[in-house]
Amino acid sequence: MRQFAIRIWKWIDDRLGIVELIGPAAKHLVPRDARWWYTFGSATLVAFVVQVVTGIALSFSYVSSASQAYQALQFISNDAPFGSFLRGMHYFGASAMVLMVGAHMAQTFLFGSYKFPREMNWITGVLLLGFTLAMGFTGQLLRWDQTATWSVVIAAEQAGRVPLIGNWLAQFILGGTTIGGATLSRFYAIHVFMIPALLFVFIALHLWLVLHHGIAEPPVAGKPVHPETYRQEYHKELQKTGVPFWPDGAWRDFIVGTILIIAIAFCALYFGPPVLGKPPDPSILQADPRPDWYLLWYFAVLALMPPSLEGYVMILGPVLVGILLLIVPMLNNQGERAPSRRPWAIAVVLLSVIMIGSLWIAGARSPWSPNFDPKPLTPAIIGATSGAVFEGARLFQEKSCLNCHLIDGHGGRRGPDLTYVGDRLTHDDIVIRIVNGGVNMPAFGRSLKPEELAKIVTFLESRKQKVSSTNPGAK
Amino acid sequence: MTRRRFFEKVSFALGGVCAAILGVPVIGFVIAPLFRKAPDEWLPLGKIDAFDIGKTVNVTITDPSSLPWAGVTSKSAVWLRRVSEDQFIAFSVHCTHMGCPVRWEAGSELFMCPCHGGVFYSDGSVASGPPPKPLVRLQVRANNGQVYLKSGPIPITTTL
Repeated sequence: MRQFAIRIWKWIDDRLGIVELIGPAAKHLVPRDARWWYTFGSATLVAFVVQVVTGIALSFSYVSSASQAYQALQFISNDAPFGSFLRGMHYFGASAMVLMVGAHMAQTFLFGSYKFPREMNWITGVLLLGFTLAMGFTGQLLRWDQTATWSVVIAAEQAGRVPLIGNWLAQFILGGTTIGGATLSRFYAIHVFMIPALLFVFIALHLWLVLHHGIAEPPVAGKPVHPETYRQEYHKELQKTGVPFWPDGAWRDFIVGTILIIAIAFCALYFGPPVLGKPPDPSILQADPRPDWYLLWYFAVLALMPPSLEGYVMILGPVLVGILLLIVPMLNNQGERAPSRRPWAIAVVLLSVIMIGSLWIAGARSPWSPNFDPKPLTPAIIGATSGAVFEGARLFQEKSCLNCHLIDGHGGRRGPDLTYVGDRLTHDDIVIRIVNGGVNMPAFGRSLKPEELAKIVTFLESRKQKVSSTNPGAK
Repeated sequence: MTRRRFFEKVSFALGGVCAAILGVPVIGFVIAPLFRKAPDEWLPLGKIDAFDIGKTVNVTITDPSSLPWAGVTSKSAVWLRRVSEDQFIAFSVHCTHMGCPVRWEAGSELFMCPCHGGVFYSDGSVASGPPPKPLVRLQVRANNGQVYLKSGPIPITTTL
């Protein structure tokens, strides 16, 4: 029986040339000490495969119609067998892909693997990073809930800032002049056909370049890259100490890939897919659109950048970052590769992580957004049940002051915490600030009557530490 | 020109013809929305008496140019204020910063944006936050006891 199976396999291989095609790639020599640090790239590929498989499965039930996509997603999430799990896998698979591509990029940069002769490996990798983020954004839009539809508007508004052709770009994104029937199908085509096609082509090119130039050996301090001699030395060393990729190098990729798939499946089971928001009805204005976590840092950039610079940063920022990443190997393609000899490389990675991490935390907290549904101030916090202080507190809530200011943990964080404002501002200071507004505060002089202003000021003057400390309900 | 060179050129030319036969209609089809005209109709919002003087309310409208399968996405909203017996002001609900839906806070008489903290006064001018321009005012008129709004595109804040 075994002999028969071998004969069949040999016949198939003879006619298809499988071993001839894959054999050299599988058996190509890799540096012996290219170990765990080298698994991020294959982990990214594993995450991509998860995305392709789960994406194809989801498309069996997804309807790319503006009027039915939301219902189709509800069916997938609530009724279809394994639907919720597959949506979760697709979401966490995307997250894993973004994380792994980031880790792969940082490792490649720190190890100086982008240097001669692997400049195009880096450049194709940068393009793959861009496609991955574009897949993340367009994927969020296919969720086609309220957040998705408003995210399309936000994307169109950003495109609108591009000089001269902004309006056209915005219209291209919307599929017209408003959100409507054409909007979703565009993003469906982009997410399911266009970008995946680009991903397949560039992944193939990226892998070919890995085979063509070989996996970069781990960097050694004091052993710089000399383009004139590098290839010769690399191949000489590889012939002497290299090991075949299959199985000597590949087993680590299989372990990391398996752990990654188990982690994605665990997250899909434990956390479930992202919750569908309200229906995609643009007339429902109780909306709070936020991007998925991997673009939350950019959401923070849009809120925190000085308005005078915004137009430039919004358009030139991504272009400059993209160009800078693409030309990294052109700026420095030889010399030392070891991170210990390239402290600036460590600094760049650390600063990037700190910057994106800080912006991410800011985006998650988004203190600049008003709290539209603040917890009401209790009599214990107010410290009165009648009189000017109580009335002032009522007005403080009624006039939306609480949407932006915290009092004893109740309210928004857009403006300063006013829990103890009576300790730091005088009566006149408070009046001037309310009437004229401030750096980031509207002026209320026109909308408040004098008696309303007086009551609010009385309430705020009463916000003193000693008052709060005697309150059982206060901190 | 050699025979070989001639056939090289013919092959490239035929490739170009094939690309044009496929490419022109495909590109034309994909960028067609760029040439779609913005809706340009007067939409009835309701009877004049249905709106109280001084109040700012949210009115739902339906895009007259929407495609049949648009479903609820063909709906949108405007903020409408009746300022006198026969005068109305209508504001786009889109924040001029990033297009998020602003909410009217009646107590403070402010429009507030949930995304990046843009705030607008009741006349639509910027009160604080990152919006570069006032809220967009839409054309509105009262006629024969009815209030009408001129439909239009989502206002896009452009730099040039």
